[in-house]
Amino acid sequence: MSETVALATAEVLPAVQPAEARPQNRSVAFRFLTQPGGWIPLLLVLAILVLAFGAPLWGLQDPMHIDPRVADQAPSADHWLGTDSTGRDLWSRLVWGGQDAFRGAAIVLVVALILGVPTGLIAGYHGGLADGLLGWVSDVLMSLPSIIILLIVAGLTHQNADVLMAAMGVFMAPGYFRLTRSSTIAVRAEPYIDAARVAGISHTRIVFVHIWRVIAAPIVIQTAMTIGVALGMQAGLQILGVGDSQAPSWGGMMSSAMGSLRTNAWLIVPPAAMLGLVIAAFAIMGARLGEITGNRSEKAKHLTRAEKAELAGAAAARAAEATQPNQDLMVAVKGLKVTYATAKARVEVVHGVDLAVRKGEVLGLVGESGSGKSQSIFALLGLLAGNGYAEAEAIWVDGQNVLTLPAAKRRALLGRTIGYVPQEPISNLDPMYTIGHQLVEPMRKVLGMGKAEARAYALELLARVGIEDPARVMGLHPHEVSGGMAQRVLIAGAVAGHPKVIVADEPTTALDVTVQAEVLELLRELQREQGMALVIVTHNFGVVADIADTVTVMKDGLVVESGAVGSIFAHAADPYTRELIEASSKTPSRAALDEGGVGAGAPAKGGV
Amino acid sequence: MADAPLLEVNDLSLDYGRGKSLFRALDHVSLEIHRGECLGLVGESGSGKSTLGKAILGLAQSVGGEIVFDGREIQRLPPPMRRRLAKDLQVIFQDPYGSLSPAMTIGRILAEPLRVGGMRYEQAKTAVGEMLERVSLPREWIDRYPSEFSGGQRQRIAIARALIRQPRLIVCDEPVSALDVTTQSTIIDLLIELQRETGVAYLFISHDLAVVRRICHRVAVLFKGQIVEQGGGEKMTTNPDHPYSKRLLMASPVADPTEQARRREAWLQVRTGQA
Repeated sequence: MSETVALATAEVLPAVQPAEARPQNRSVAFRFLTQPGGWIPLLLVLAILVLAFGAPLWGLQDPMHIDPRVADQAPSADHWLGTDSTGRDLWSRLVWGGQDAFRGAAIVLVVALILGVPTGLIAGYHGGLADGLLGWVSDVLMSLPSIIILLIVAGLTHQNADVLMAAMGVFMAPGYFRLTRSSTIAVRAEPYIDAARVAGISHTRIVFVHIWRVIAAPIVIQTAMTIGVALGMQAGLQILGVGDSQAPSWGGMMSSAMGSLRTNAWLIVPPAAMLGLVIAAFAIMGARLGEITGNRSEKAKHLTRAEKAELAGAAAARAAEATQPNQDLMVAVKGLKVTYATAKARVEVVHGVDLAVRKGEVLGLVGESGSGKSQSIFALLGLLAGNGYAEAEAIWVDGQNVLTLPAAKRRALLGRTIGYVPQEPISNLDPMYTIGHQLVEPMRKVLGMGKAEARAYALELLARVGIEDPARVMGLHPHEVSGGMAQRVLIAGAVAGHPKVIVADEPTTALDVTVQAEVLELLRELQREQGMALVIVTHNFGVVADIADTVTVMKDGLVVESGAVGSIFAHAADPYTRELIEASSKTPSRAALDEGGVGAGAPAKGGV
Repeated sequence: MADAPLLEVNDLSLDYGRGKSLFRALDHVSLEIHRGECLGLVGESGSGKSTLGKAILGLAQSVGGEIVFDGREIQRLPPPMRRRLAKDLQVIFQDPYGSLSPAMTIGRILAEPLRVGGMRYEQAKTAVGEMLERVSLPREWIDRYPSEFSGGQRQRIAIARALIRQPRLIVCDEPVSALDVTTQSTIIDLLIELQRETGVAYLFISHDLAVVRRICHRVAVLFKGQIVEQGGGEKMTTNPDHPYSKRLLMASPVADPTEQARRREAWLQVRTGQA
């Protein structure tokens, strides 16, 4: 029993993070307000709101007061922004005009939210007939020419601004509907919604507690954008002459400024600048919120070409001094380090790993998630992601020091000297092309075959990897085949160039056990037939026992232990290796655990 | 009544799709689970094992057959009564990342089932703290979000949520297959320990015979929507009768080169054109 506890604690405790290392858990509002891109536009919008709705308090001149004696004056102490062609004070009209702008935007928002969000929730959560019907209405609304209809509405309602803005809200509703619907559908498919249903939680509570929490963020972001669009459309209509030309409004000011553009171009500047400023403020807030809520992980920093060249140059200089390893070795990696650059720091994930694979032998590279096994393999293949880079004392493949090779030559090793079999077979095939195309094209490029020759060779390979009716399979798209069949296709592609070593990254993890056995058998047969070396990455010591000659165990970016399979299984030196072996070993059955009085935490080995 | 099974599935059939794309996911499936028992349900992807779990949980609708829980057919209960069943019938899903709402603290997540039962959050908090300790997580972590936990820790939270209302049956749908192998064994042993303490029954859905062997009293093998064999855990994981069960067993690699070479030979014998 004590061992269970010990194991449990070992697994549980290292993840305890100090509070300061968890900035992502600050509330969205906190993070928004502490960024310049958040608080500056927010403060700006609030200031303009206070200015506009406090207009009566500032002792401004009457915005409607016409005084031809002071027409077209330049800015002065009396008229801060000057006057227009009828002598009205521009500053006063600009401030009062804010009321009209924000009032209009608010009406648009309320109408669009009320019409769009609940319908989107219903359509997304229940689907079926309601979804079809509401989707149809939304599509119709989106296909109507909104400006023309708004002009008709303006005409019919004697230019009632509120009705006009409400009508605009109707046209904005489909945006909310579609967003809410698609977010709801995405959340609805999450297992935690099923878990909530099983927990006996009512549909109403699921919608308001679970779904609402997730879709609220995109809706708030959409709202920031919608306000900008509404302000722009409102001004556009006013420029076209809709609305009361006497009452102060930003669009109205622009409309009258248009009339005297040649005589006094200045008139258009204040309203246009103000409108631009407010729309930009909302757009920036929307973008900032999107960044905060959408992407919680740290941003990856892509290395520039110069940085990469510098790192590669340094590595090549060091590697050039490396002495050639033993002739028997197909792959020799020495002192491999892999580092990822993030926006804030560089994080080393592999800290000096040695790997060796002899010609015609099988190396099992074992480790759990985070051990660095896949990163080591990607480094060996030269396929690290854009923000990662590898350093090593030496990487030798088939007698070539690959670190000293130019990039193009190194890439050329793939497919001819090294074949690669990935973990997720289906997602490693392009869904747009047929399987035949994806096999034949690389053969023509890499092996320089003619079309007919490549096709014949592909058919032969597919038959070799155990695919019945290869001609039919060549015409299929990836979604039409099973995971096992896709993996056979990828193996056929990997061996097409008669490579001397195959690197297989967890090639059976995504497959059923019976399919796993078939794929392992196929790899074993091909490896023996062609005398290839094979590096197989796995977390399962059962797979190692099945196929490998030597084994290297990794943990936390370091090699824990390596050696011949027989000796590692017989007497592994490291406790972690033993733990991994035990995890895949035959365990006592439940009956034995219960009746034999063996505690659940007793060592799994030595069972029935 | 003491000997009557806790759950009885009789002749259950379930279809997906309709018309030409009709697919029979479950084909006249029958099984029973007794109080305090763990029944393993093994099979490959597409065999219908998760579908059966969903049908029992009320997340998928059958086209025929019955599901009797504690002497009562539960498939066509009115929604309020079905929701009341949540106290007795719970679930642990495979995906430790998707099964916890990212927007709620683990305290809120664990308290939610209790609040459905009418408890206030402040009252529920004590029970939540105790439950966290029972799954070996510190009580103080109650205000953290799921994103702060590893896969194994999240699965402990999911187990705590399933257990908090002291249910009588938990459907465990591949609860460890997304975890690292060394984490798997600690979670399995935790499930065994909790079963001994509380007497809860498990329907344990898995494709991994080694895991099933350790935790399940009995095992049923599902193949293309049909149960092809049922039997004790020991027998089913060493010497099953049905050819498909044999193939499944022989295909599972074991971490011992000599034993595995023997097993592979046996597998080559039973392997038939099944790709």
